[in-house]
Parts: sequence; C-alpha cells; structure tokens
Amino acid sequence: MSQELLINLSIVILLLPLFGFALLIFFGKKLPRQGDWLETMMISSALVLALIVLFQKLTLYHDATLMLNFTWVDFHNVPGIGPLKIVLGISVDNLAAIMMVVVTLISAIVHWFSIGYMHGDVRYSRYFAFLGFFSFSMLLIVLANNLLLLYVGWELVGISSYLLIGHWYEKKSASDAAIKAFIVNRIGDIGFFIGIMILFATFHTFGLEEIFDGIQGGRLPFGSEAWLTAAGVLIFCGAVGKSAQFPLHVWLPDAMEGPTPVSALIHAATMVAAGIYLVARTFPIMTADALTIIAYIGAITAFIAATIAIAQNDIKRVLAYSTVSQLGYMIMAFGVGAYTAGFFHLVTHAMFKAGLFLGSGSVIYAMHNALHHQQDHHTDAQDIRNMGGLRTKMPVTFWTFTIYALAISGVPLTSGFLSKDEILAGTLAFGGLTGHTVIPIIGFLVAGLTAFYMFRLVILTFMGDHKDAQRLEHIHESPKIMTVPLIVLAVLCFFIFYSFNPFGATSGWIARAVERPDSVVPASVAAAPTETFEEVLHDSHGTAMVLSLLLAGVGIFIAFATYYWKRINADRIAGSLSPIHNFLINKWYFDDVYNGIVVGGTLAWTRLMRWFDDTIIDGIVNGSGSITKVTSSVSGKFDSIVIDGLVNLTAYLSGFGGLILRKSQTGKVQTYIVFVVMSVMVFYFVFRLV
Amino acid sequence: MSEGYILSLILALPFLGALLVSLLNKESRNAIRILGLAFSGGAFVLSVWLFIMFDGGNPDMQFVEKYAWIPELDVSYFVGIDGISLLLVVLTTFLTPIALLASWESIESKLKGYVALMLLLEVGTLGVFMALDLFLFYVFWEFMLIPMYFIIGIWGAAERIYAAIKFFLFTMAGSLLMLVAIIWLGYYASTQPDGFFTTNLLKLYEIAPGIPMGIQSWMFLAFTLSFAIKVPIFPLHTWLPDAHVQAPTAGSVILAGVLLKMGTYGLVRFCLPLFPYATFTFMPYIAALGVIGIVYGALVSMVQPDFKKLVAYSSVSHLGFVVLGIFALNEEAMQGSVIQMINHGISTGALFLLIGMIYDRRHTHLIKDFGGLARVMPVYAAFFMIVMLSSIGLPGLNGFVGEFLILVGSFKSKYLGSHWFAILAATGVVLTAVYLLWSYQRVFFGKLENVANQKLKDLSVREWAVLVPVVVFIVWIGVYPHTFLQKSELASKQIVEQIQDAWKGFRVASAESIVSTASESASR
Repeated sequence: MSQELLINLSIVILLLPLFGFALLIFFGKKLPRQGDWLETMMISSALVLALIVLFQKLTLYHDATLMLNFTWVDFHNVPGIGPLKIVLGISVDNLAAIMMVVVTLISAIVHWFSIGYMHGDVRYSRYFAFLGFFSFSMLLIVLANNLLLLYVGWELVGISSYLLIGHWYEKKSASDAAIKAFIVNRIGDIGFFIGIMILFATFHTFGLEEIFDGIQGGRLPFGSEAWLTAAGVLIFCGAVGKSAQFPLHVWLPDAMEGPTPVSALIHAATMVAAGIYLVARTFPIMTADALTIIAYIGAITAFIAATIAIAQNDIKRVLAYSTVSQLGYMIMAFGVGAYTAGFFHLVTHAMFKAGLFLGSGSVIYAMHNALHHQQDHHTDAQDIRNMGGLRTKMPVTFWTFTIYALAISGVPLTSGFLSKDEILAGTLAFGGLTGHTVIPIIGFLVAGLTAFYMFRLVILTFMGDHKDAQRLEHIHESPKIMTVPLIVLAVLCFFIFYSFNPFGATSGWIARAVERPDSVVPASVAAAPTETFEEVLHDSHGTAMVLSLLLAGVGIFIAFATYYWKRINADRIAGSLSPIHNFLINKWYFDDVYNGIVVGGTLAWTRLMRWFDDTIIDGIVNGSGSITKVTSSVSGKFDSIVIDGLVNLTAYLSGFGGLILRKSQTGKVQTYIVFVVMSVMVFYFVFRLV
Repeated sequence: MSEGYILSLILALPFLGALLVSLLNKESRNAIRILGLAFSGGAFVLSVWLFIMFDGGNPDMQFVEKYAWIPELDVSYFVGIDGISLLLVVLTTFLTPIALLASWESIESKLKGYVALMLLLEVGTLGVFMALDLFLFYVFWEFMLIPMYFIIGIWGAAERIYAAIKFFLFTMAGSLLMLVAIIWLGYYASTQPDGFFTTNLLKLYEIAPGIPMGIQSWMFLAFTLSFAIKVPIFPLHTWLPDAHVQAPTAGSVILAGVLLKMGTYGLVRFCLPLFPYATFTFMPYIAALGVIGIVYGALVSMVQPDFKKLVAYSSVSHLGFVVLGIFALNEEAMQGSVIQMINHGISTGALFLLIGMIYDRRHTHLIKDFGGLARVMPVYAAFFMIVMLSSIGLPGLNGFVGEFLILVGSFKSKYLGSHWFAILAATGVVLTAVYLLWSYQRVFFGKLENVANQKLKDLSVREWAVLVPVVVFIVWIGVYPHTFLQKSELASKQIVEQIQDAWKGFRVASAESIVSTASESASR
C-alpha cells in the first residue's frame, strides 16, 4: 500500500467512531437493539484497519512518518511576523500506529463487553454513542501532529469522560465525579495551554516538527533556557491532569462512579494514556531539569497510590489506585529517560488493566444479580469484604483475573514482566547517572507493593470462603459476550506478543519500532544522551530483573501469608499501626484538604465577591441614585417653596397692587380730568427741575 | 437589486415592519407575529446576501452610502461597513427573528407594541453598526435605548421599572460625555488649517490622532466610559444583571446578544483609531479591568441562585475576554475579539433562549426549583449541553476559537508588556467550567424530586426551529471559523496597523523631542 493510502486509512479509522456517534445520537433509539451493533461494528472495523496500517507501516515504511496537513486559519500578513498560517495535520509514525491499535483494540473489547454489561440500561444508545465519541477524541490525540489539534482532542476526551462518568446522573455521586474529573483536568490544562502559548509565541506554529526544528536551530522561547524548561513542565501539567499524577490524581478514583466498562476504557487505553502519550510526543523538548521534575512526580505518584491501594476495600477503588500507581510508573520512566520502556508499559498495562476492570465488572455484575435475587439492597456489591470463594462459581473470570494480576505484578512470562523490568532498569541507570537514587528505591518498593495489593485483591475476591453461603448459590459466571473479551485480553498478557525472548524486550518489535527520539534542547541543559544512557542501562538489566522478581515474589508471598494462610493477622497490624492505617484509608487526606482549602476557599471567596457586588458596587450605584433623589427632592422643595414662592409672591403683590389701584378707577370723567391735570403739573415740575 | 442601497434597505425593512405592525388591529395577533417575523427575516436574508457579496480582500468601507443631512456642520447620513461591522450586522439580523420566534407565545399583553418595539430596536442597533458619521452614530445609539427601555419596563418581571430606569440612566450618563467629546472632535477639526466642523468618521480618522496628548486622553476617556458601561466593563456592570433578570426572554437575548456588542464595537471603531496615543496610555489599565472582569464575573456567577442572573454575570466574564483581546493590539487577539463578540452573541443568546423556554413552562428561573430535568426533557437537556459547552469553550464549538485566539494573541502581545494578562485570563476558563457544569448538574442531573417538574413537555416544533439554527452556527464557527474570520481579517489588521503605526510615529517623535531637548541643553 502507498503512503497516501495508509494516511487516508488512518483518517477513516479516526472518523469511523465519530460517524457511529453521529448516527446513534440522532437515530439511536429508532434502530434495532438501539444501535449497539452499529457503534461496535464501527470500532471493530477501525481495529481491523488499524492493524492493517500498523502492519504495513512496520513492514514497508518502518522509519518514515506519514503526514497530511490542511490549513485551518490563514492570517495573510501579521504585523511583525509576516504571513501566518495555522496548519493542522495528522501524522502516523510508529508510535501513533501502535497507539491506534491499542486504542481501537481496547475500545472494541469494551464495546463488546458493554453489550452484555449494560444490557437494559436506561440510556443504552446514548452510552454507545459516547463510547464512540470517546474513541474518536482519543484517536485525534494519537494522530495529531501539532499541539493545537492535540489540545482539541485533549479537551474532547475531557468532555467525553465527563459524559460517561456521569452516565448514571441520577446518582449525585456520579455527576459530582463527572464534574470533578472535568474540572481537575482543566486545571492541568491551563498549564498545558500556557505551555502551548509559550511555544507558539516563539515559533509561530503549533506543528511539533517545526517546533523541534526551531529549538534545534538554536531558538529558545524568549531566548532563555529557563523558559524552555518552563514550557516543558507546563505542557507536562496537562499530563498531570489527564494521567492523574500527584497532585491532580484525585479525580481518577472518583471516576469509578461511571459504568465499569467505562472505567476500563478510561484507565487502560484512553484518557489516562493520553497524558503519557503527550509526554512521549513532546519528549524531545524536555530539558534535564524538566525530566527530573517529571521523574519525581511519577515516582511520588506511584508510591502514594500504591500505599493507598493497600488499604482500600472497594474492588474498583483498589484498581483505580493501582492505575494511578502504574501511570506514575510510566511517567517516571519517561522522566528517567527510559522512553521505550515507558511507552511499552503503556501498551502492556492497557491490556491487563482493561482486563482487570472488565474482570471486576464481571464480578460486580454477578454479585449484583445475586444480591438482587436475594432482595438485598444493603450489601455493597463492590466491597471485597463481602466476596470470597468466587473461584469455583466464576472460573473464567477467576483465571483471567489471576493472569492479569500476575502480569501487573511483573511475574515472568507475562508482558508486565518485560515492561516493568525495563522501567526499573531505567531508574537504576538514572540513579547511577544523576545520583537521584531515591527514584530507583521507590520504583522497586512500588513493585513489591503492587504484587502485594493485587494478590490481596485476588485472594479476598476469589479464594477462601464466601461470606454468605446462600448468596454464593446465586452467583453465576457472566455471559459469553463478557467472558470472551476477558479471555482475549488474558491471552494478550503473554510475552510472546511483544518479544520472542521472555526475559527481555530489547529485541522485541516494539523496542525496535519505538526508539527514544533525540533531544532537541541545547546540550548544556539536555539530559544524558541516549548512547550514554543505553550503556549504563545495559548493565542495570540483570540487577533490575533479580530485584524485581524478588520483590514481586515477596509481595505475593506476604499476601498469601496474610489473607490465605492467615499466618499474619492483618487486623492486628492495622490496629497497632492505626494512625498509618487511617492515613492510608483516608487516601492521605488529599480529598479532605482539597475540599477544605481549594473548594471551600473558592466558595468563600465567591460569596465574598457576590456580597461585594451586591453591597459595595451596586450600593454605590443605588447610593448615587438615592443621593440624586434626595438632592432632587430638596431642590423640588426649594423650587416649590422658594422659587415658586417668589413667583407666587410677585403675582400676589401685583394682585394686591391692582386691588388698591382699582379704587381709582371710578368711571367718572371729572376724576380722570383731575388726574390728567395733576399729572401734567407733576411732569412739568419734574422736568423743570431737571 | 443595486448594491448601492442595500444597507439602507436592511435598515428600512424592520422600520417599515414596525410601521405596518402598528397599523394592524391589535386583535389579529398572528398577523402581527408573522409580519414581525417576515420583516426581520427579510432583513436577515438581505444581510446574508450582504455577507456573500462582501469582499474580504478589501480593507476599506464597503456598500457606502452618503447623503448630506446638515451641510453646515458637515453632518451626513453616511453608512458603510467593514468586515467587523459586517459580522455584527449579520448577528443582529440573525438574532432578531429568532428572538421574535422565541417569544411567540410568551408575550400575552400588548403584543402589537412589543413586536413594533423589537423591530425598532433592530433598526437602532443596525444603525449603530453601520454609521460612519459620529452624529448619525449618536442618534442611533440613543434611539436604541428607547425601545429597550420600554421592553424591559412593560414586559419585564416584578422589578422591571427599577431595572429599566437603571439601564437607561447608566447608559445615558456615559453617552452624554460622549456627545460632548463628539462635538469637541468636530470643533477640533474646524481649528485645523483649511478645516471645518465635521462629524465624518473617515475624515476624523486622519485628524483626530493629532490631538495633543492631554486633550486626547480626556476624549478617549469620555468615549471609553460610554462604551465601557455598555460592554459592561467591571465595575460598571451592575445594571446588567438587573436588566437581564427583569427583561423578557427576547429582551435578554437581544441585550446580551447584540446590545453589549455595541460597547466593544465602539471601542474598536472609535476609541482605538481616533485616539491611538491615549489608547497606548490607558491600554494596560483597561486590559487589567478586562481580566478582572473575567475572573470576577465568573466568581460572582458561581453562587447566583437565579439562572438568568448567573448567565448575566457570565457575560461580564466572557466580554472581559473581548476587552482583553481588543487592547492586546495584535491581529490574532483582535480577530479573536471579533469572533468572540459573535460567539458570545450566539451562545449567551442561546442560553437566554433556553432559560426562557423553561420559564415559559414553570415561571421561575431559580436553580433550586429544578433538578433531574434531563429525565423528562432529554432533547432540551441535549441542546442545553451543547450551548453550555460552547460557552465553556470546548474545542469544536465556537467559544473555543475566540478564547483561543484572544489568549494566544494577548500572551504574545508586545504592547501589554506582561504575560500575566493571558495567564490570569486562562484561569477564567476553569472557573467558567465550574459554574456552568455545577448549575447544569443542579438543573438537569439528580432525581426528579419537584412535583411541578414531573410533567414538563419536551421541546415543541417551534422551539426546535429556534434552537437548530443557533446550534448550526455554534458548530460551524467552531469547526471552520475561516468562513467568518476571512471577512473581518483585513479590517482587524487595518485597525491594529493604524494604531501601531501611530504608536511608532509617537515613539519616534518623543525620541526626537528627547534628542532635541538634550541637544538644546547641550548647546546652552
């Protein structure tokens, strides 16, 4: 296939889910089965096409970047700049081609699964429409070759998540979570946006390649390296929001209020992956300082979330914090310079995390039906303390879930082992090169914690005895439309799809296809160049593998000792460490602090502003109105009493004078003659005297 | 059809409609409505033709008509449009029939007077956007007040009289100073060599920048005050929430959609090109007021219990962006401001239309009276969602384009002198999302608990007809703004260049004067 054909196919892939969305939103209710098949077919065809594009891309144009541009806005001649075109375009490199497959694959699986899971939902057709829109928005991010289009997709992902998390909007908690997700993301987006503005103000383009060329050519934002670091960190702020990094991670656990397949989609292939993808895309402009900040943010996130996950009892919340923690891992990987490893982990994590969420969906579905059957409306269908022993009743769910858990814990032969090992090796190399040894320490610690809390989850949910023997009778394996997707994802958790060597992915196709791009920043502020990094990395692989295996084994062993063999009493430990335990149960009090300070502060400030507006500003307006009124009433009084009084006095005096004078009007000729003669005499004398 | 008379024709149509409506029998209510719709619709059709015929490649005034009116004072009936006024003319003729259609059933008493006044209001606002003679402009500017005053005062809610008087007095206070400044401008022209008294805007464009700095500042302030009240710029905004809450739906739509734009249009058309030096002096302060308005308006609207008042304060916030864009003085920001004027007209107009629809059903716009409406009125909820998202500035919808261009432009503005204007303004984007999403949640989400809401009917065919065109423009501008931006491009550029050139000249002059004083003192 020619390059043109491939790029056009990519556009078709992008538009298919959008097309399905448009059809469903207008005609969904009138279609048979409310059109679920339509959107599912759209995304499934997109998956097939994406596979074709990826295959062709890797075999025929391995090192090429396919591109297509069009003009969005055209300023013919901007003063001081000259002609300025805002060109938008899409491009397909290996990164994008792989990501396209990941997105469409997970999305298609979620679609299929949802047909079973969402059966009979009040807004069934709307649900599928928004799934399609979500996939479209995510694909837009994947394909964009410029920051503007990327930002557009970015915001559309935000709004789709808002719509899907709030799908059951009758529940206040659901619509609250939807708003929280959107707002927290927007806070990160301000940073992203300012970062874009810094770059645009310097290079007058949104095109990533052009920006890279510009920086390489020695141009820096406002002429300083500090601004370049700032631009990188600000753009990274967007990823902090979308990929739920500390301190903006708080939206993600709440997003569990959405339907479970949506959680799978958000947490595996879309939305949270968008942040990682953004870092991958903008990696070349990151200075060493920016990368160090990124590494620390990732490490902190990974650690905080892993500790919280240990103390949670809601099956989805454990998975949510595990997602946050794993995302921290990926971000950390990019920060330390293990570019390929970070992206590789994004791909493998997409498979097993989608599986974990869909598996938990299968469990919740079964629990829900059983509880419904028992007329029990009080027991929480998502609390793992109400579960246990589901293994025999739901074998497919159990086995697939266990495979995912092994993969996320980094057990050999799984995909997770490959990607996690590479990240840990990367952190070791970074620690060795820069002296930031705390990063690898956190990395390994989190690996152990992950294995522990995942197997705590598996044991409490599927093993041991069920809390209510009667209820267990009513638990059934989910229908095929739900279990087949689980099996597909479980199969994809094996190493063979990523590398033929089960102990190292460095020669695998992903590692070959996605190489760390060269930094474009000036050498003085750049991180260690790829060759130096690779050298150190090579030596760390063995250490990383042994250590990570050991820690995963210890984590799994402690989980079994505590929750299966019950040799360790978890409650007693929790009791004796109750301050720490409470701290973890309350999620490090992030939500409380934010609610108190940020939300409370904003509201208080808002009320103050409203008072100010009503009382002071409008008070001045109304006050000047009142003053005018008082003045006018005083002048009214003045007018009616003094001025009009004078007028009336004049009139009165004239009238009075008239009254007196008319006495002289006798009507007799003699009197008049006397007056005339007297007047003449008076005048005569007056004039004589003068 | 001759091109020569099209502007006058567009002005005359609604005026003629108002005359004909007032001749009708007040009982023939349908005839009154249809006539009103037909004449305002006719004006829209004509302005679409105008839009197509308008040459975006020509920065000068087009479709110019000029007839002497008071020759002794060189006052004339002088109309013409550039790309900026073109867009605002189309916006006005677009919103008026929609507003009339929206108030089809909600106006019960004195329908005849209402329709006639709405048409007269359209004449006034169109005249403001077309006038190229300051005196003519002033006449239209004041003329527009009268129908609006009556629309609020007669068909408004309980406290309509207070609101109407507040609106009227606020605007009058500003415009009187403007009148003084206009007369002074005309007089200044007569003091020039070979000069004579004139109110011809194009002539004044050449003369006015030469006004000495001190006087120029005063005149700039007189004009700006008048426009700032209209926009409204913080802290002159308090007439707006009252006027909006009290006005009937169509009144709010036109008020938010068109009337506020007269203020921002005035800044672009008069303040900047007539008084470039004063503009440079006051620019940071006014831009700062714009940014304060963005944040302040958003904060205050967050806690409003009344939906209409909430949207009113959101106007303060959104127009803060326009003000910031105008005073960033570069092409992107200016274009952003122009398109943002249109966007705000469409989106906020649409929000008032939507609130009016629910008001027709429930006779309340308090947020707490609702909840769970998405269940009974899904189509209404969907339209509301789209319009709300456009107001939030979601990419793909119109609001994004304006905000984006304004923020990018003001961020890189050489003249504002600081990136903080754009950065602080960007926080407004989050606050907007907070108050709109929060109020949407309280109105549409949750359980339907209020009994009064349980049997609400979803949108009627007429209401569909009102909303569909609005949504079409929301998406059109959002996806392909080029259609509209290309019309105003050269006009924006010309204004920006005009003032930048003046600024350069000013700097050269002041540098020379510094040099000359230096050399003088040296020679002493």
